[in-house]
Amino acid sequence: MTSPAAADSAPVIEIDHVVKRFGDFVAVDDADFSIGQGEFFSMLGPSGCGKTTTLRMIAGFEQPTTGAIRLDGVDVSKVPPNKRDVNTVFQQYALFPHMNVFDNVAFGPQSKKVDKATIKKRVTEMLEIVRLTEFASRRPAQLSGGQQQRVALARALVNLPKALLLDEPLGALDLKLRHAMQFELKRIQREVGITFVYVTHDQEEALTMSDRIAVMSDGRVEQIGTPTEIYDNPASVFVAGFIGQANLWPATVMQRASDCATVTALGGATLTATCHSKVDGMGAGDAATLMVRPERIAISLTQPASQTGGEQSVNATVTDLTFQGPIVRLALEAADGSPIIANVDPDADLPLLRPGDSVWASWSQNAACVLPTTLNQQSPLQEA
Amino acid sequence: MNPPNWLRALGRISLWVWAVLGLVFLFAPILVTVVYSFNEPTGKYNYVWNKFSLAGWSDPFKYPELTDALIFSLKIAVSVTLIATILGTLIGLAMVKYKFRAKGFIGAILVLPLTMPEVVLGFSLLTLFVAVNWSRGFVTIIIAQVMFSVSYVATTVRARIRGFDWRLEEASLDLGASPFRTFYKVTLPLIAPGVVAAAMLTFALSLDDFIITYLNSGLENTFPIQIWNMKRSKIPVQINVFSTALLIISIALALLLVVVNNRRSRKLAGLEA
Repeated sequence: MTSPAAADSAPVIEIDHVVKRFGDFVAVDDADFSIGQGEFFSMLGPSGCGKTTTLRMIAGFEQPTTGAIRLDGVDVSKVPPNKRDVNTVFQQYALFPHMNVFDNVAFGPQSKKVDKATIKKRVTEMLEIVRLTEFASRRPAQLSGGQQQRVALARALVNLPKALLLDEPLGALDLKLRHAMQFELKRIQREVGITFVYVTHDQEEALTMSDRIAVMSDGRVEQIGTPTEIYDNPASVFVAGFIGQANLWPATVMQRASDCATVTALGGATLTATCHSKVDGMGAGDAATLMVRPERIAISLTQPASQTGGEQSVNATVTDLTFQGPIVRLALEAADGSPIIANVDPDADLPLLRPGDSVWASWSQNAACVLPTTLNQQSPLQEA
Repeated sequence: MNPPNWLRALGRISLWVWAVLGLVFLFAPILVTVVYSFNEPTGKYNYVWNKFSLAGWSDPFKYPELTDALIFSLKIAVSVTLIATILGTLIGLAMVKYKFRAKGFIGAILVLPLTMPEVVLGFSLLTLFVAVNWSRGFVTIIIAQVMFSVSYVATTVRARIRGFDWRLEEASLDLGASPFRTFYKVTLPLIAPGVVAAAMLTFALSLDDFIITYLNSGLENTFPIQIWNMKRSKIPVQINVFSTALLIISIALALLLVVVNNRRSRKLAGLEA
């Protein structure tokens, strides 16, 4: 499951079986992954999942309880933050209020005893990249949130670190500015070519910007992969529910191959679905969860012919229809009463449906995933 | 159901009268001191108004014992302010920033000198110095004054830095600054108003302290002790002159501090470039 970016070159950051405990609380539980040169890597998860703690360990503000963190192959687990070649963009920016924009950005190179002429040149360049040249003599308090954000970015990038660590950097901005800054961040990353490690709880942000995403929950890394891999092929019920919307139905495994499984679900329908290769130990007779994204479900009045592509279909009753602008959201009920949500294109060639109508919901085999059932199962449909 | 107008007017007037009386009560003694620095006393005691004179102001150093005492007091005040401000600031910072064992206990001990009667504090120190056979003088006065001043500084600094954003220190370390550079480039400039206020308080307390200093001064005389000693034989007008001068200097410093702090907070708030 390594992406091209990670495979290209030696990793910049290696998280080697890192565990972090605060007293009895396990904040990070055996995190083990590496981040490649120039990669935009996101750690995504709800609050308390350990993503910020992991980032703080890379920055040097926390030390792993066990395991090692390597930067360009060198173990830096015990190296203090001021001697690590990584820089952080803090959640609320943490700009120095008593210094103007120029001095804020110059603080890093000054601390590293770079000569004055070089500092001036580099700071000026950096302010140009973040488009704040004319604000150099302003104080942070005289800037808008978006401008402060860009100062924080310039200040952290001016040292040309091996990796830039960003802790929910867009969290304090309003929605419109957040979208603009997402593009801005990607542009700046391309321009400077530095590895970005990005912490966020916003799945849309992670999907839009990242080369790869590590989805975390309760201190554990649930899955690492490209946005497409994670969206189309989630490794767990948690990942499926946390990223995007998902229909999740209880199922029983009938037959298991290495990359697919046949299950019964939705009131006795026999369905085939892909199965994450990482999901081992699941065999015939086991309880599992079947996942299909609402937008991958097609609706028809008659049962579609089974094609070579492995078309799957179940009979269902319409319970509700909602027009949502770009999509029509159909709520259906399967034979066993399980809810099915389908997002349909309003232009789709569909007859006028009413609650109570009997329809066929169908999807292709590779749109469905069989996931292991966890004890604390998520509710069937997760709102995005 | 509103009170009648005449009653409200009466209320307003009596509020003013009370306020003025209160201010008179607070400031009349100071005013007397200032006014009497321009007196030409009839005898050795500057108690009764005789006539206006600039004699005291034109010859302030007439009594060398008084001048020496003032210089001695200023030396002590400067030393105590330096030592107590540094120690107290570090204690205040530690109390806010770190979690450590017995923090509550140390916090309680810290305010003890502020609440304990001075005579108890002074006498227990004297007992200690006598017990270890340490002759009293400049050094023991400094030790005694630092002891209680540290509490004032630590308490003041602690109160002023409650809202300090510690992530600024993390940001500084993250950018490659050493812990030392972080302290004097980021932390210190930001907590400076609290530290300066604490230093000024310490200076005033040191100059002013009588009981603890008297008990531990041995044969040395600070300015208050000298006045105390002289009052049996004379109260020269120079005492008023020095007191007035100190008063003016402290008011000027306090005003300066207010102006500087105002400009600073306006700058930090982005109202001024």
